[in-house]
Amino acid sequence: MQKVYSKIESISGNVITVTATGVRYKELAVVETRYGSSLAEVIRLRGDEVALQVFNGGRGVSTGDEVRFMGEPMKVSFSDNLLGRIFDGSGRPRDGGPELTDTMIEIGGPSVNPAKRIMPRNMVRTGIPMIDVFNTLVESQKLPIFSVSGEPYNELLARIALQAEVDIIILGGMGLKYDDYLFFKETLETGGVLSRTVFFVHTAADPVVESLLVPDIALAVAENFAIHGRRVLVLLTDMTNFADAMKEIAITMEQVPSNRGYPGDLYTQLASRYEKAVDFEGAGSITILGVTTMPGDDVTHPVPDNTGYITEGQFYLRNGRIEPFGSLSRLKQQVNDKTRPDHRAIMDGMIKLYAAYKESLEKKSMGFRMSEWDEKLLTYGEMFEREMMDLSVNIPLEEALDKCWEILATCFEPEETGLKTELIAQYWKNKV
Amino acid sequence: MEFTGEATMNEVCYIHSQGKKLKSEIIRIKGNVADLQVFEMTTGIGVGDDVEFTGELLSVELGPGLLGQVYDGLQNPLPKLAEQCGFFLDRGVYLSALDEIKKWDFTPSVKVGDKVEAGEKIGFVKEGIFDHWIMVPFQLEGVLTVKSIVKAGSYTVNDTVAELEDEKGERHTLTMKFNWPVKRAINCYAERLKPSETLITKLRIIDTFIPVAKGGTYCIPGPFGAGKTVLQQVTSRHAEVDIVIIAACGERAGEVVETLKEFPELIDPKTGRSLMERTIIICNTSSMPVAAREASVYTAVSIAEYYRQMGLHVLLLADSTSRWCQAMREMSGRLEEIPGEEAFPAYLESLIAAFYERAGIVRLKSGDIGSVTIGGTVSPAGGNFEEPVTQATLKVVGAFHGLSQQRADARKYPAIHPLESWSKYTGIIDKEKTEYGRAILFKGDEVGQMMKVVGEEGTSLEDYIIYLKSELLDFVYLQQNSFDPVDAAVTPERQRHVYDLLLQVLTAKLDFAGKEEARNWFNRMRQNFLDYNGKEWKSDEFNKLEEAISQLLAEKKIGVEANAEGIVG
Repeated sequence: MQKVYSKIESISGNVITVTATGVRYKELAVVETRYGSSLAEVIRLRGDEVALQVFNGGRGVSTGDEVRFMGEPMKVSFSDNLLGRIFDGSGRPRDGGPELTDTMIEIGGPSVNPAKRIMPRNMVRTGIPMIDVFNTLVESQKLPIFSVSGEPYNELLARIALQAEVDIIILGGMGLKYDDYLFFKETLETGGVLSRTVFFVHTAADPVVESLLVPDIALAVAENFAIHGRRVLVLLTDMTNFADAMKEIAITMEQVPSNRGYPGDLYTQLASRYEKAVDFEGAGSITILGVTTMPGDDVTHPVPDNTGYITEGQFYLRNGRIEPFGSLSRLKQQVNDKTRPDHRAIMDGMIKLYAAYKESLEKKSMGFRMSEWDEKLLTYGEMFEREMMDLSVNIPLEEALDKCWEILATCFEPEETGLKTELIAQYWKNKV
Repeated sequence: MEFTGEATMNEVCYIHSQGKKLKSEIIRIKGNVADLQVFEMTTGIGVGDDVEFTGELLSVELGPGLLGQVYDGLQNPLPKLAEQCGFFLDRGVYLSALDEIKKWDFTPSVKVGDKVEAGEKIGFVKEGIFDHWIMVPFQLEGVLTVKSIVKAGSYTVNDTVAELEDEKGERHTLTMKFNWPVKRAINCYAERLKPSETLITKLRIIDTFIPVAKGGTYCIPGPFGAGKTVLQQVTSRHAEVDIVIIAACGERAGEVVETLKEFPELIDPKTGRSLMERTIIICNTSSMPVAAREASVYTAVSIAEYYRQMGLHVLLLADSTSRWCQAMREMSGRLEEIPGEEAFPAYLESLIAAFYERAGIVRLKSGDIGSVTIGGTVSPAGGNFEEPVTQATLKVVGAFHGLSQQRADARKYPAIHPLESWSKYTGIIDKEKTEYGRAILFKGDEVGQMMKVVGEEGTSLEDYIIYLKSELLDFVYLQQNSFDPVDAAVTPERQRHVYDLLLQVLTAKLDFAGKEEARNWFNRMRQNFLDYNGKEWKSDEFNKLEEAISQLLAEKKIGVEANAEGIVG
């Protein structure tokens, strides 16, 4: 039986309260307003006072509007019919297609038993040398891209999505600019992968609260695909918007803020989403790539800071390049011993030389005299940046490794590289 | 939540909601209203749901069969839960912590008529390589008389093994297991001793410069990516203790999985058995319910104290205590308490202190010595140590192993900062000698800073040599190659030997014509030492390289630095 209440006691921001009985925590309700209906979720019960978070926002809600409780928490349909479809933040079709109602699943379900997880072992190939060679992405990894507004992080996400060898791609957009949404749609369409993609997109123009649901819906769907043996790649952009939406609600609810206004459970909230990344024993997997824009390029801001403690590494995207310093894939050593014997040595050796280049560059800018060795490093650094770090470079791992040897051979004598003699004997290219 | 009759603070309750029983704990009582925190997700709970009171405080089950187990924060065995529920952690499913079917060979050590006290042994079973004492439950008071005791034989943990009568004439039946409330420290021992014996971790920088003592406490704060968890994992493998308890508290599940899958296959060199047999994992990863995370560190420390009562040395590794404190902050926020610094509750410091105080080395009533050592990682927000959790922890621990981002970025492992870290315990090498090394590091650091401003050209040769010495000490002693089977874990004997050799170089007055020559000489020295570190102890190659180092030193040595006389013989 659905109960209907027609007296709203208070409206504050996006939160309304009604007096009702028999309501359960996290239950869903429909609020009928003059401007259309909206879903709402129970976020607090105190005696018979029920606080609801209205997904479309509090604007235009009148104290006389009807609230109808549905008797169950938020659910989303799950089947192969989802593929190729586009939905908004609360799961309604955005592409004009029919609404899906078959096999409804709960969102924000329980966490995976650690005893049922397995060690990640498959590399995800992206064709980007800075990832494949230096910080390999691994299936079931959770990894954010730390960046600032204006950087091409969405382009990077789209490229990885196109090239990654996965079965299903799920895009969760939070506070996405409409242009970016269209960009994703077009890119994936031209790339021919739209038929195995599901979009859950909340644009910047939509009510803020709806963005809170996007990660949960996207991950619930991903989890079910993974249980059915599919390898799923989930792209979440931008998690900072998600955190900001959470902050907004927390402040409206008069929760005690902890750090820069964010609620005290920010870590837990982010972790319960990122931790959905998993490799199931005997089934599929979920890999999560998120974007976290750092307000003011400050990595100690609560959102990137907490994210860094949760995820298995991070990519720094700066000046259109993935920075070799600071970027880290914590899982790379699980896979990079199986690719090619020279992979690990090249990975460390190239970065050490690049670090030396940076030092020389600093010395140069301070006006110290440049030695012959410094000059060599300067040539190397420029070449490395041009032929490896540039995002337009798109070559498979093996080719990228060969390219590294080529760069080394152009700039240095074999014994200057600090690489093992056996490797040099096998791979060293003569000067072109 | 409203109730009639009596309610106890921290009592366990079950909320009956939609056909499920959800475990929870009373955290505040006001009049006839009690506030509960639920150890599960609260979705679906409604006003009007029934609540069942158990009358018991939140407790752990103690008995044989704990070793090798993987529990969640409330002591649910995770592998068994997986058998029953599949991939996910379903709500409201609670399993017995100990195997109830397995039979243990019990040997009694008391007879009818004997007088015993809480914590005393009445017999033992063999659990792996240890004698697992069956003890008089710690909560029984006064002197008790043994009224009956079973004969040696096989029993399950639920079988009665003895009957005792207390001073008031009340009878207690004993099985091999009993419960203990997690938030009470176990104190059935004769006296607490001062931690003085070094706990060997086989990491040179720790054992030599910033040691940990058996029964002591230490903390490892560091920003993300600095290698806190890796350091804990390495310690859990190589530390010379009897039992290691890993409390993975609010961290990544993937890291626990690594330990879970690797430990059963790793062999403990000391016992020749799988490492898992001396390990207990309490894992409450970041996506598991927050309230259980708060309980998990207490569950871990209670189990540690239990094994200490058998005269064993236990090491508890908590990763990370910041997540535990955040869990307290979340609860405090929900209770709408007045927040302290960074919204942490005002009682944060006293709780942290109380937790670390549960470490200690004690003499038991039987005369045996047992200890609990606690090592906790701290994850300070933004990598800034000036935050409440780090500061409160520093006040109570005996050693501080601060990790530095710069050292981690430079791929220096372990990334412990040698100058900022400190320890109040005694290490394996004379203080005089380590102080000399420390002084070199300090001066070398100063010279390094200066060189950044004035360049190599503006530095005197004398200073430059000190700089090179400090670099050498850092490279070949403070850093270790964790992938090298020999260098990954270094015995105290070898540490003393290598440090003495290195000290010969550090204290030597050296004769160089210029900086170029000095740098080349130190590079060769460094290469020799690196190779030397990778060779088996006292093997031919080891001896040969030692010889080479001495020769190289003799080429340039013209005496001993004035301040080092008396340190090297």
